Amino acid sequence: MHFTLKIWRQAGPNVKGFFQTFFLDGITPDTSFLEMLDILNNTLVQQGKETIALDHDCREGICGACGLYINGRPHGSDDGITTCQLYMRRFKNGSTITVEPWRSAVFPVIKDLMVERKALDKILQAGGYVNVTTGSAPEANQTLVPHQQAEESIDAAACIGCGACVAACKNSSAMLFVAARVSSLALLPQGKPEAKIRARAMVAKMDELGFGSCTNIGDCQAECPKNITVDHIARLNREFLYCKR
Amino acid sequence: MESVLNAKIPEGPLQDKWTIHKEALKTVSPANRKHFHVIVVGSGLAGASAAAALGEQGYRVHVFCMNDSPRRAHSVSAQGGINAAKNYRNDNDSVHRLFMDTITGGDFRSREANVYRLAQVSNDIIDHCVALGVPFARDYGGYLDNRSFGGARVSRTFYARGQTGQQLLLAACSALNRQVAAGNVTVHCRQQMMDLVTENGRAVGITTRHMVTGRIHSYPAHAVVLATGGYSNLYYLSTNAMLSNGSALMQCWKKGAFFANPGFVQIHPTCIPVAGEFQSKLTLMSESLRNDGRIWVPAHKEDALAIREQKKKASDIPEAARDYYLERRYPAYGNLVPRDVASRAALERCNKGYGVSPTGHAVFLDFSQALENQGKQVIEEKYGNLFQMYEKITGEDPWNQPMMIYPAVHYTMGGLWVDYNLMTTVEGLFAIGEVNFSDHGANRLGASALMQGLADGFFILPYTLPDYLADRVGEHVPNPTNAAFVESRKEVTKRVLQLSTKSGSLPADHIHRKLGNIMWEHAGMLRTEEHLAAALPQLEALEKQFQQEGAGVGNTDTVNQELEKAIHLQDYLQLAKLVVTDARHRKESCGSHFREESCTPEGDTLRDDTEFQYVGAWQYTGEGNEPVLHKEPLEYEYVKLKKRTYN
Repeated sequence: MHFTLKIWRQAGPNVKGFFQTFFLDGITPDTSFLEMLDILNNTLVQQGKETIALDHDCREGICGACGLYINGRPHGSDDGITTCQLYMRRFKNGSTITVEPWRSAVFPVIKDLMVERKALDKILQAGGYVNVTTGSAPEANQTLVPHQQAEESIDAAACIGCGACVAACKNSSAMLFVAARVSSLALLPQGKPEAKIRARAMVAKMDELGFGSCTNIGDCQAECPKNITVDHIARLNREFLYCKR
Repeated sequence: MESVLNAKIPEGPLQDKWTIHKEALKTVSPANRKHFHVIVVGSGLAGASAAAALGEQGYRVHVFCMNDSPRRAHSVSAQGGINAAKNYRNDNDSVHRLFMDTITGGDFRSREANVYRLAQVSNDIIDHCVALGVPFARDYGGYLDNRSFGGARVSRTFYARGQTGQQLLLAACSALNRQVAAGNVTVHCRQQMMDLVTENGRAVGITTRHMVTGRIHSYPAHAVVLATGGYSNLYYLSTNAMLSNGSALMQCWKKGAFFANPGFVQIHPTCIPVAGEFQSKLTLMSESLRNDGRIWVPAHKEDALAIREQKKKASDIPEAARDYYLERRYPAYGNLVPRDVASRAALERCNKGYGVSPTGHAVFLDFSQALENQGKQVIEEKYGNLFQMYEKITGEDPWNQPMMIYPAVHYTMGGLWVDYNLMTTVEGLFAIGEVNFSDHGANRLGASALMQGLADGFFILPYTLPDYLADRVGEHVPNPTNAAFVESRKEVTKRVLQLSTKSGSLPADHIHRKLGNIMWEHAGMLRTEEHLAAALPQLEALEKQFQQEGAGVGNTDTVNQELEKAIHLQDYLQLAKLVVTDARHRKESCGSHFREESCTPEGDTLRDDTEFQYVGAWQYTGEGNEPVLHKEPLEYEYVKLKKRTYN
């Protein structure tokens, strides 16, 4: 297969970026999108040119490191996958593919397709945990968790922190990301006592860091590679509203 | 000759050793803890849990990771589950049984006291993870559910769908985040450890390269904890993440930490087969799938050939013409034999011409019976995301036809030698999780890596590390302008410069792929003296090729992923020789280490306990010199050695 690639190049956070065009031939359909970029980068190395920088690690859709805007959509147009799970067989032979970094002011570009997502960890540090010290836990089966509740909790906990929801949102809101954590813990008896304080603290941090507000558009749900739904945002709002402090 | 290695195994009966030892370990007063700085390199289950637990106690902890967030460490990819001896199924599980299964699974090449301790703390891990908010699978009564894994005849594996590693890592990282918020832990992202700094033989800090700015910087500390995982990527194609590497491990080796059993490399039986030349990694399909999936190949070669040529499908082969070879060869354990056994059995069938993919390197993993008996919904709840993952990668529908799987490099049992306190042969340098060698012998059982990482990090190191620090109350953290730090930064800067100014044009990937091929062919699943010996000149030649024809990597004061690859590759080239040397010297077969010269008539491993009942720990003796072997004899006080059988 052969493709025309228009890839965003940017030397650093405060430098003007531009699209660079590459032509690539001889790609087999079983090549993954990131392997296609590997091939391109190796060609650049052989030509003595600087390679395209991008974050990626596990290449099986679970670490959350990779994240590219492909033809205008985070992680490409397929549902329920990350960039690394996208294969070239999903593209039309000879087509032009546009590749950009996450689009959001809260994720400044580090270089080329690599962005800074520190802000997500800062939100988690504001309260995305249960206050329990190692060694003090009771016997695991002492508190029961209904099957359905555990299943819903893991639906939310499937979040990989890739930032696609933020990148997809016209307001750069991190509501789905925050909701995933808040909801997952609020559904479990272990996380319940602090659920409301947690919601308040994480939302406050999100606002402080410059993420936008939620206006119920739902692009986050549409683009989430783990199919996390906005139902969890409803639960976050519930915890937040009933938090009396 | 008296061994230089003192494992410091405590006296007393096996079941009391850890208790007796804990009572003897010194502690540091809460007021003094904040004066101690501890570096933790790596943020996977071991690193994150250790940093969190030490932070909780009040130590000043600095965590280093290569990714933009600690949550991305490769523990996140673990799928199937975590073992614990809870005996919730009332199927006669116990600490002793978990201990025995682990020792036996490791083919009697691990240390008795360490493994027993691991089994003992396993239950605390489940308790703590539940408290941290891990959404483990629950049955309809709300109680914790579990399933079976290879090498066990009980159900002791706790799980959260096929993403247990992710859920446990998120929990460990949430404990870490809590300590960041408390001001006890600082996380340094996007930094790579380039050197271990030692003063008078003691670990006093590390030198790192910042992966965005290129800054070479030293961080001093009272103790250094290495938690950087394994070196499977030495084989280029493995189930490990792209950034997983053996570089920090190799730097510690060069600074005096002995490297134990480097040749023990686990090859996992159920991975998605290699599809093409440019493949960058292999994807694991969890061992848990073997609970319900049955592995088979056609019983007749003509059928296998027809499938390879795509003239027949799996469903065209009648039941009577299928060879469920694991069930046939190992009736007692069936599809749940340990990984090394299952991998070799698959290789044996494929080598004999029964493989089913176009390349001939694949066997079937079939769920049709489980789907029929349990229904799609039940299977989906257990393994849903794994089926989806398979479909995305291969473009084929595993609900309607069996998966095709093949063994791939997955985990390294070898690693830095540590004593009972998890301290290496360098004073003040500790190693936890996959990067140490201690618990899995020659083969690790499934769902035991997560257990070991969290055991080391949450419940062992937080007791043993303070014992080391207790003797150093009042000592200031070393000054980074000391000669040792200056020298370290100079060496690292020199190395980076050398890599950046090379004049060739071969990309690191290109040479790494060749390295992987040599290692897979010569030091993979089947090893012989002849093959191993033949690998060494090839490795030398490849190293030369890297030096002469490797591409220069350009600017080093910015993001430079080619430089990162070149650093890893340079270390792998050296590590490869160590793996081959170790595999060659161990002329017996044990666990994952299979020497064709030493096997039973049935094709199973044949140990040589008179010659090789020891841990082989290799000492670095300078560039270009042969490493020196030290032996830690494995003395079994409680376990009776026997032939490992699963039939």
